[in-house]
Amino acid sequence: MIDLWWLMPLAAGLLLALIAGPLGSFVVWRRMAFFGDTLAHGALLGITLGVLTDINLTLALILGSLLLALLLVPLEQRARLSSDTLLGIVSHSTLAIGLVTLSLTQGIRVDLMGYLFGDLLAVQTADVLWIAGAGAILLGLLIWQWQALLAITVSPELAAIDGYPVQRLKLLLLLMLAVLVALAMKVVGILLVSALLIIPPAIARASARSPLQMAVLASVSGMLAVLIGMWASFHWDTPAGPSVVVAATTLFVASLLLQPWLSRRAG
Amino acid sequence: MNTTALLQADHLTLKRQHKTVLDNISLTLQPRQIMTLIGPNGCGKSTLIRVLLGLETVDSGHIERRPGLRIGYMPQRLSLDQRMPLTVQGFLQLSRGATAATIQHWLQRLNITALAPQSVHDLSGGEWQRVLLVRALLSQPDLLVLDEPVQGVDVQGQMELYQLIPQLRDELGCAVLMVSHDLHLVMAATDEVICLNGHVCCSGHPDQVSINPAYIQLFGIRPDKTPLAHYTHHHDHQHCAGDHGHASPLAPPAIGGIRHD
Repeated sequence: MIDLWWLMPLAAGLLLALIAGPLGSFVVWRRMAFFGDTLAHGALLGITLGVLTDINLTLALILGSLLLALLLVPLEQRARLSSDTLLGIVSHSTLAIGLVTLSLTQGIRVDLMGYLFGDLLAVQTADVLWIAGAGAILLGLLIWQWQALLAITVSPELAAIDGYPVQRLKLLLLLMLAVLVALAMKVVGILLVSALLIIPPAIARASARSPLQMAVLASVSGMLAVLIGMWASFHWDTPAGPSVVVAATTLFVASLLLQPWLSRRAG
Repeated sequence: MNTTALLQADHLTLKRQHKTVLDNISLTLQPRQIMTLIGPNGCGKSTLIRVLLGLETVDSGHIERRPGLRIGYMPQRLSLDQRMPLTVQGFLQLSRGATAATIQHWLQRLNITALAPQSVHDLSGGEWQRVLLVRALLSQPDLLVLDEPVQGVDVQGQMELYQLIPQLRDELGCAVLMVSHDLHLVMAATDEVICLNGHVCCSGHPDQVSINPAYIQLFGIRPDKTPLAHYTHHHDHQHCAGDHGHASPLAPPAIGGIRHD
């Protein structure tokens, strides 16, 4: 029988790229890129929490991310410029605190490199099930609230007058982002999570004519990047997470070069 | 509350950083009434609008809206992020309860059907204002709120938009609350004018307001009534606070602009 061990990592990568497409599009539209970064850095605290309390690491990651997202809500409400510095402080201090605490926990070895840069090939069936389960919920929520989320992104004021619960929708988006970041950490790692969120929508922007098109194209290009990246990783024995990001970046540069042609077709 | 009124505001006061933005403002809006808020930059027009819409809260005072009141709001400006690809049609569909039929109807009514498939990022100022107006009309509002509806619109377009407003009122049977810089432009289309400078300087029928000493104090006397000739004129004439016995701690309005009015 053929060895199919690579199926699980591939499934995990593709599923993540699928969800990251629409959520990443919102990150780009709402200028939340730095926010995703902060969540990812802070997620290391979730790992520490998991190691210390001995609960499931994926669950600990998700809980840690959600908690951090809730703490960051007041920041998101404020003017974006002034919160930059504060986000930076939170982002890097949580990363540092996580690293320090982890090093202090005696007798437990955590594959730190794996969390910083991802370890796609170490993904197991349980991880895929986590990603598939949580991902299904995220996608379901996105489809269910698509119109409302778009409305508050285009104009929170008009959405409020239309009767949308703007604050609750913002919170929903933030929490969804937190869950995705937690799930993606194992695959691409803390330092590259934002790349998975931002590069695919950037690729999609060149040829998309509507928000929905952009989200779908972002999913497709993200999944393409996963396929190419993983193939390259096997072929040249490079680390899988960074290879996926390099593949995505290559696709992005290609989309830039093709942009005149694409926009002529779209227009 | 007056039983027929669409919206009634009593004694609204809002302070920001020791400056009184809204000072004891009361107003009542009746069905089918067209009310215009007028005043210098930074006088609290847009803030008052936002408060009446429920987008901002006041420190004291009370607002009562008729239950089930549908509001259509056309903001002063709305800039969309270039990174979101969006057509005019797509933008309008985001309005809650908008149907393809109502979108088509209002696009036709404002003569901008051709814009529907275009990207919102490619529109001129005037085109975008019309799209925003369509967006406000889609909910079949009982109250249409227009914040500086002619901003970025050329002279011809300004006249057309102001002529349109009473027509829309008749077609929808709605009340209109709008903000304007220039009384003389909106005079013909307005039932009541409220001249605002933190507090209500004066209010009433446009003909009366235009000869009211408080109004003249604020905007200067206009030798002729041709509109547009003095569009920026009124910036030189802001000595409202205290000038007519109103000891409000208001900073000079033009300098003290808190919001972009």
